[in-house]
Amino acid sequence: MGAQRVKIAVCIKRVPDMDVRFKIAGDGASLDETGVKFDLNDFDAWAVEAALQIKDKAGQGEVVAISLGPTQVQETIRKALSMGADRGVHLQADRIPFDGFSIASALATELKDGGYDLIFFGKLSPDSSNGVTGPMVAEILGLPCVTAISKLDISDGRGTAKRELEGAQEIVEFPLPAVLTIDEGLNTARYPSLKGIMAAKKKPLEIKPATLNTPQVTIEKLELPQDRAAGRIVGEGSAAVPELIRLLQTEAKVL
Amino acid sequence: MANIFAFAEARGGELRKVALENVTAARKLADATGGEVHALLVGGPGIASKAEQLGQHGADVVLVCEHDGFTQYNPEATTAVAAERMQSGGYRAAVFSTSAQGRDLAPRIAARLGVGLVTDVTAVELNGDKVVVKHPMNIGKVMATVSMSGTPALVALRPNTYAPAQNAKAGRVENVAPIGDPSTARVVVKELIQGGKGKLDLAEAPVIVAGGRGLKAAENFKLVEELADAFGNAAVGATRAVTDDGWRPHSDQIGQTGRLVSPELYIAVGISGAVQHLAGMRTSKTIVAINKDKDAPIFKVADYGIVGDVFEIVPALTAAVREARKGH
Repeated sequence: MGAQRVKIAVCIKRVPDMDVRFKIAGDGASLDETGVKFDLNDFDAWAVEAALQIKDKAGQGEVVAISLGPTQVQETIRKALSMGADRGVHLQADRIPFDGFSIASALATELKDGGYDLIFFGKLSPDSSNGVTGPMVAEILGLPCVTAISKLDISDGRGTAKRELEGAQEIVEFPLPAVLTIDEGLNTARYPSLKGIMAAKKKPLEIKPATLNTPQVTIEKLELPQDRAAGRIVGEGSAAVPELIRLLQTEAKVL
Repeated sequence: MANIFAFAEARGGELRKVALENVTAARKLADATGGEVHALLVGGPGIASKAEQLGQHGADVVLVCEHDGFTQYNPEATTAVAAERMQSGGYRAAVFSTSAQGRDLAPRIAARLGVGLVTDVTAVELNGDKVVVKHPMNIGKVMATVSMSGTPALVALRPNTYAPAQNAKAGRVENVAPIGDPSTARVVVKELIQGGKGKLDLAEAPVIVAGGRGLKAAENFKLVEELADAFGNAAVGATRAVTDDGWRPHSDQIGQTGRLVSPELYIAVGISGAVQHLAGMRTSKTIVAINKDKDAPIFKVADYGIVGDVFEIVPALTAAVREARKGH
């Protein structure tokens, strides 16, 4: 692409560490965040990495990390800045809404006049586990969109991507500007270097209120599903195989 | 009375199993209110021949949109035709799948209509003027009950949650014209690379045999493949450690960042059971674990475990399964 300037937005989310026992808050419809650690969503880290690689290849440009939520999301934006993003935008909201359309509308308002060549999202976040925000933003902005990308090539104002399907893949072509959501396998996200972390502290981070519309999708209740009942050890070594076969046939009835 | 819309997902000219799941779920919703199920089938020339199956599973009307420009998945033109039908049809709810195609398409349609969407839905019902769904969150550790107020409410079902059920209805075919020329869409699928011929997909296989680091090397995955082959109806999965090491493609990965599966039978071979892996398979109906470490977390979720050397146990199990399935 030579020395063509690219401008890329990466929409990122602060998500809780999943390796914990979650607790439900007093309202019965949200999680108690006490003691829970948060970090940049894995898929979003791969999206940041993809944006940085495209900017590096182009030789010049700007990568903007955007996140919606409470003040703490600024830590998440700083992480993207420490990886190499140039500046951040924090869209302030008391909490991150569950309604993806509400989030998408607020992000689209911010992105609309940004002049971005590419807008990246992670494929989904494991907390709300909906994976709708990227394509919704594309639709609101009237932009081409390719989801769940595991391979990407951008040149001369066009892109080619590989999408992961169930047991198959698609090769997809699209013009820029476009919205892309990133799947695992596209890249390995870089760790912020010490130098990157120091530099991130001085990078601009703009703070503005999020314009959220009325949600049409509301969590009424959260519950902690019962753990699976502990099973049994049928035996040791291949001597246990006949008993396992018997159980699969007569008890589980799956053979 | 409320009519329900179902998206009949197809790929490469064939209906996908999730199309029948969507119609089955839509039928249940429509029956609760005495309404009709309208299934939309979009594809290249010849796709109309698939309409009959949709009628057999409960579609009163099959809206067929056939065009050269739909031979490959066409996200923009499909969005246009689906959104137009949903706007004019007065549907109470619209049922999609949380498949790669459903995840791509349903959010676009929802945004175009300005309505809400919940994906990875494991149960859906109509409740007064709301559509109420169950939606697992936080890698399945939290279950949300979500109410949806938009009309239509868009839901994308978790695959394998609603088993396709025969429930024959008229399946009256109505041809639907594309909106504009589908061949001029900006996003173009140039090529569909299908997996191995006759190879079952993880989302559709009743049995999954998955391997982890305990297999020690890529070439030892043949033990897993042979066990899957013995079942005759099994797909092969893997842990993230294994796909990160390139032993298997990323599309085989089961877990938090990969595929969420719930087969009838899940056999974990040499898998310790990291929380990220359990997230992808804990809703399987029966889980079998084979691992040398009796304290491995996988045994906490497994219905049946065998402790020991996978290189000794798996070939014996493969032979025993072949024997048990003789005559199938």
